[in-house]
Order: sequence, then structure tokens, then C-alpha cells
Amino acid sequence: MRPPEADHPPAVRLSGITKRYGGLVANDQVSLHVERGEILGLLGENGAGKSTLMRVLYGLTTPDAGSIEVDGHPVRMSSPAAARRAGIGMVTQHFSLVGPMTVAENVTLGATPRWIDRRALESSVRQAAERVGLPVDPTRRIDDLGVGERQRVEILKALVNDCRVLILDEPTAVLTPVEVVGLFATIRRLTEAGLAVVIISHKLHEIRALCDRVAVLHRGRLVGTSSLSDVDDDELVALMVGGHHSTVPTERTEPPTEQPAAEPAPGKRLAHPERSDTALAVAAVVVEAPGSGGRRVLDRVTIAVGRGEIVGVAGVSGNGQTELVEVLCGMRRVASGSVHVGATNVTNASPAQVIAAGLGRLAEDRHGAIVPELSVAHNLVLERLGQFRRGWRLDETAITRHAERMIEQFAIRAEPHTRLGTLSGGNMQKVLLARMLSGDPVGLVVAQPTRGLDLHATAYIRAQLVAARQRGAGILLVSEDLDELLSVADRLVVLSEGRIAGELAAAQATAETVGAIMAGAA
Amino acid sequence: MKLQFAERPERSLARQVILPLAAVVVTLGITSTAVVGAGANPLTAFRKILFTPLSSRFGWFEMLVSATPLILTGTAVVVAFSCGYYSIGAEGQLTAGAITATWVGIRLGGWPTPLAIVAMVGAGALGGVLWALPPALLRVRFGIDEVVTTLLLNPVATLVVSGLLNGPWRNSTTHYPESDPIAGPARLPRLFDRSRLHLGLILAVAVAVAVWFVLSRTVTGLRARAIGQAAHAARFAGLRVERTMLGAALASGAIAGLAGMNDVAGTQFKLSEGLADGKGYTGIVIATLAGLTIVGVVGGAILLGLVKMGSTSASRSLGVPSQIAEIITGCLLLVTVALMVLKRYRIRLVRGGGRR
Repeated sequence: MRPPEADHPPAVRLSGITKRYGGLVANDQVSLHVERGEILGLLGENGAGKSTLMRVLYGLTTPDAGSIEVDGHPVRMSSPAAARRAGIGMVTQHFSLVGPMTVAENVTLGATPRWIDRRALESSVRQAAERVGLPVDPTRRIDDLGVGERQRVEILKALVNDCRVLILDEPTAVLTPVEVVGLFATIRRLTEAGLAVVIISHKLHEIRALCDRVAVLHRGRLVGTSSLSDVDDDELVALMVGGHHSTVPTERTEPPTEQPAAEPAPGKRLAHPERSDTALAVAAVVVEAPGSGGRRVLDRVTIAVGRGEIVGVAGVSGNGQTELVEVLCGMRRVASGSVHVGATNVTNASPAQVIAAGLGRLAEDRHGAIVPELSVAHNLVLERLGQFRRGWRLDETAITRHAERMIEQFAIRAEPHTRLGTLSGGNMQKVLLARMLSGDPVGLVVAQPTRGLDLHATAYIRAQLVAARQRGAGILLVSEDLDELLSVADRLVVLSEGRIAGELAAAQATAETVGAIMAGAA
Repeated sequence: MKLQFAERPERSLARQVILPLAAVVVTLGITSTAVVGAGANPLTAFRKILFTPLSSRFGWFEMLVSATPLILTGTAVVVAFSCGYYSIGAEGQLTAGAITATWVGIRLGGWPTPLAIVAMVGAGALGGVLWALPPALLRVRFGIDEVVTTLLLNPVATLVVSGLLNGPWRNSTTHYPESDPIAGPARLPRLFDRSRLHLGLILAVAVAVAVWFVLSRTVTGLRARAIGQAAHAARFAGLRVERTMLGAALASGAIAGLAGMNDVAGTQFKLSEGLADGKGYTGIVIATLAGLTIVGVVGGAILLGLVKMGSTSASRSLGVPSQIAEIITGCLLLVTVALMVLKRYRIRLVRGGGRR
């Protein structure tokens, strides 16, 4: 790491950046600088404010307070175009490339001349690519390129705009390990030529492999900056997950006193003699990203959830959680491995078969699970229409009666015939919860059940999960909220880069031990 | 200054009724410029088009004759659109139904009438299904956009009619490019003396009522609506999206095919060129105007049937070209689509604007 030259202003200096979204403070008085030729790692959990800070720098978000200097000159980042003019470039996780157009056309899209000479365009892009050492063929179509190549095109696009500070938002999330090595080599070469680079990541080992200096954000605040040689991994993890307050064991949520769904009759379980002790299980499941040439988003994942048990899946999203849930829900096919609900093999089964096998599902994206134009009552029975029919006809009387019962049991603030789309997020989630639990499921897969909900709804939904466990269901709970996992789960597995990175009993789990596994340091 | 769209929390019944009426009024306002251009007084013209026909028994019946195929095509479009299958192919399916109905109809001499009519209904529906099948399979198997494929098959059906009528099906006695006449038993019986109104109207209303019942009261209908409104959520809930959509596409084709049968067996008694005459496309206008409700479809079909008939007679007495009917229909579609936004959104004018 080169020492900062005192007579040289930093490439970028952010001072007192504050950004609020309603009551949520995404960035709280963050001050940060990056020297020329320096690679700064921006580390933090999801929701720590990393992306917001970089969006402010790139002009995508207007801060409520704070100022930005580039090369010592104050600059107002009113738009990405203004940021680019000031020499800031950003490569987001979602590329902004036009698929059917060539590399050359994409690279010059931001600054297309009035007259396009294809040859000249291609040769100038080729020269630029060689100059910065990013080998890409300017005549190829984006659609024909792999993810790693597309990322190189994005970087090239930023660089030909004369960018002096390059922001990379989780650049390795979409890459294979080989491509990561190539990316890091490219970044180092570029910084030798004086480029300043900011990398957003939550993978500690990557930050250590690449960066000169690290800044850690926690809940919107900058909790530390340090040269990487002066800090060890344990200290970084402690900073990331929020220091020492979380060593206090987290209180466990007690089952609610009022039993919400109908208490199963004592003999009821015996009516299912085929039920095994395992509620749901995935074994050696492999899922490949479509069109990636075999990049595994789930790599031999094995998890078994017993009856009356809640297994939490921790880890930062984007590490295979979404795919794991989709596999269980019957919405995604596995390349190999098996999936069981109770004793039923549901590997690559349809959603209907998965439901019939006794799985209740609460998906991550609740808007993808409801039909907003239909009534609450109709949404409640959508998974089990067969039980609410008289011949061809809908048994509207039974449907309404069922809805009234669910509305009362789950304290949903709606009438049976209210259009579901008009409900608040918490009430929508309660409808989905009611739909899931009314089938007396053997196993539940629940993803981010309380995301975006208020405290009351959050507490209610967690209590319902605990109550379902008491009734003998096995629950796989996927959540980014560590406190949530610690408060209800019996056991935690940590998913990282599509693999099970570790497993621990809830009693031993603290924010630190889980955070360390999450960050790949355990 | 800029427009801002805010979603309305609730659907109101009043708005469902007022908006289509507003669309009709705005449309008449816009089309009056065309009437003035043709050198006539718009008020006189619209009175001739919309009110004069209703002063006679003949006018009422003729209005219903014109409305009959439109009820069928409008219903066909409702079936497809409700399931999220955006078929523009009613025109071609109607033509295909007319072809198959003709093929059967000219061979039914000597059959008992009820049996012949059942055969005609089957033949018309089958033709529509066959024409609807390729785009529907392409959609559910390979995800190929049905808007394009159904639309492009429409002129193909027209060309098939041309080929048949100028070739093997040319009238064997007159040698005109039209088919041999439909046999007597296969013609839809008249409902009243001294009127062309025929059994097709009852058939069309029966189909419309059946579709209303299926969509609103049956399990299949609820599945179709769930898929049409949120396909991902429906799939997640275990509904078989592809199969249901295929069924809706084919049912829609069958109903449009019945409209073709209705024309050859109810009014034309032969297959001739230009038979579809935009009735399939008008079905889209009607279904959209109706907000995909069956009651609205029947009302819209009667209104546009009146416009069609009234502008023919108005053109005779006022010298306004009879194409004014097409201008009104086309204009009504554009106005309806524009006003439909108001059903879901409240529009506000915001001063200043600025980003976000």
C-alpha cells in the first residue's frame, strides 16, 4: 500500500453523508476518503448502508446532508451523468448492457457521437481495451458473452468515460472462482495506473486478498476504517456484526398463550402413520445457474429438518438461499440430489405435488404469491381449490366460512371479500401465513417472513412459527435477520456461496460465531 | 408540470359504468370532425345513426342481427384475456369457423334440422379451435408471444377463403367466387316472421351466459382468472398455468369460430370473401370497453351493432360514407384504452416536477 501523499488531495472525499428513508437512517454522518491508486473495501452486513453510500457517490441517490469532493474540488452529484463527468464510475450487480448490441456499441452508448462509424468505433474500443488490459472483442454481441466477460465490458464502459474512481458493487457475486482471480488481477493493474477503487463486499477473505484499506459500516454508521495489515479477521467480524453487545444470549420467543390455528385432536397425528420423523429434507442438492455453463448456486446442500424443529438458514442473501427455497417450493429444478417432504420424494415435483405432500410455503417475495385482484377469501383457498368445490362450482359458502375463520384466528384486518391488493404488507403476510398453516402441513419452508413488517406483525408471525413447531411441524426458516433466527430457531446452518459453510446449535450461536462463519472466517 | 399516476385503492362499480359511457361520448365528439369533413351536420348524423334505426321494429331486429356475431367475438376475447392470453386472432378464427361450417353446411341436405344445426355448431367451433391451436401451443410450449402469432394468422385465413372460392369451392352453377349455398336444414331458423333475426342470437346469448357462469362461479374460472391476473402467484399456488391457458385459448377460438358459423348459417347462407369484415377486431374493442365483463360485452355488442347498421342507412340519406362505422369503432377502442387508465389510477397534475 502506498502511503497517502500529504500534498495530494484524495481522489474522493465524502463528508458527513446522511440519508434517511422515512424513519430508517441508511447512512448516518458517514465520512470516508479514497486515495489515488488505493483499493478500499467497504464491508458490512446487508442493510448496513454500503449500497446507499455508493449510490450517493454515483448520483443515484440524493443525500439529506453531507458533501462530496473529487480531487479536492466540491462536486454536487445530481445524477449519474454528473458523477461520470466528475470521474466516478460504477459497476452495479445488475449490469446495464443492451443484449442484442455489440460490445463496442455498448461501451460508447453513454457518449454516442451523432454519426456512427462502426469500424472507427470498434477500433477505438479495441485500443481502449488494450490500454487498460481488459481483453474483450468489441465486435461480439453482449448476449453471446458470459457473465465474467459482461462485467469486463461494464468496467471498460466506466473506464472509457475517463473515470478515476471506480465503484464495484459486489463484483464477485456472479462470478466463478476462476473469474474472480482474473477480476482481482485486473483491478490491481488498474490501480497501479492511479485508479481509485471502492469494492462493496461482505466476504471478508476477498477484502483481505485485494484491498489496501477497509471501512466497516454497521446500521448506517461508519464503525471503523483501518489499513488491513493493522486489523485481524476477528476484529472485523466483531465490527461488522455490531461489536460486543450481541454476546448477550438472545431471548427466545415463547409460544403464544392463545392457540391460533385449531389444536390438532390428540389422535390426529396417528391418522398419518406414514409420517416419518423427518419433516423435510434436501440431500446433496445441486442447482446450476441457468446459462452459466455449470456455475453452481447450490452445491451439494444437505439439510434435514426434524418434526417439531426449526432450522434456521443464515447467511447473506445471494448465497443460494433464494434458490434453496425455490427448490423446496417446486419452483426450480435441481441438477442432482433429492428433496423429501415427510416420506414423500418431491424431487423436481410441481408446486401442486409439493403442497399435496404436506409442505407449507411462505415465499420470500410475498407479492409473487398473492393474486391482488382476487378477494382475501379466494386467495386463501387457491392452493386447495379441490376441497372447496361442489362439482364444477365453487362452494362460495364454504369459502367464505373458511375465510371468516382464518380472519378471526390470524387477526387479519379485512373482510372475506376485500380485494387482497388493498391490504397492508403485514395483513397480506398474515393471509399467506393462514393459507400455509390451514393445510396442517408436515413441513414448512419460510423465507424472510418478517421483512418490511412492523414490530407487531413481526412478533405475531414469529409466534405463529413457534406455535406451528409446537404442533409438530418441521420448519426451515431462511432469514437475513440474525436476531430472528436466534430468537426462534433450534439449530442454524450457514449458507455461503451455495455451500453449507457451518452448522451450530442455537444455544451456541451468537452474533459473533454466526457472523464469523458468514464472513468465511470460521 | 407533469402528470402523476396514483393507484386507486378500490374498484368502484360507478366508475365501471361511467367510464365506458364517457368513452362513447368522447368518441362521438372526435368522430364528429370526420362527419363535418364529409359535409354533414354531426348532430343529424348521430341521430340518424343511433336513434333513427330504433324507431322501427325492423331496426331493432336488424340491430340484434348485427350484434349477434359481436357478442360471440367479444365473449371469445373475454375468455382469452381473462386468462392472460392476449389473442388478437378472433378475426382469423371466425373465418376458419366459417370455412368448416360451410364445408359441413353444403352437405347437409335432407338432414333433420336439429341434427344439422348441432353439426353446424360443432363444425364452426372446431374450425375456430384448429385456427387457435398453433399459436396457443407455441405460447405454452415455447413462450412465443401470442399477440404476434394470432394476429399474423388472420390474413392467412382470409387468403385461404380466397383460394377456396377462386378454386375448388367456386359456385358450381353461377361460377361466382362464392361457395354453393348452405343446405336448408343447416340454416339457422328465423325467430320471427318478416325479420332476419335468427337462432344465432339465442345461441350467442347462451354462450355468453355460460362463459359468465364458468368465469365467475366455477373452480376452472377462478383458476383462469388467478392465472390471468398473477401468473407467478398462480403457479406458486400449484395451478397448472400452461394447461389452463391452453384451454382458455382453445375455448376462445371455439367461440370465435361459432361467430363464423353464425354468419354463414344465419345471414349469408354461403361463404364469401370479406366475410369477417373486422368483426373479430371489433370483439377486442367490445371486450376492452366492457372491462372483460360479460354484461358489458352484450351491451357493447348491441351498441356497435347499432352503429354498424345505423351508419349504413345514414350514408344513404346523408351522403356520409358508411365507413364512418369503422371510424367510430376504431376511435372508440383508442378512447377506451386511454380511459381505462382512470379505472385503476387517479391522475394528478403536479407542478414543478423534478426528479423522482
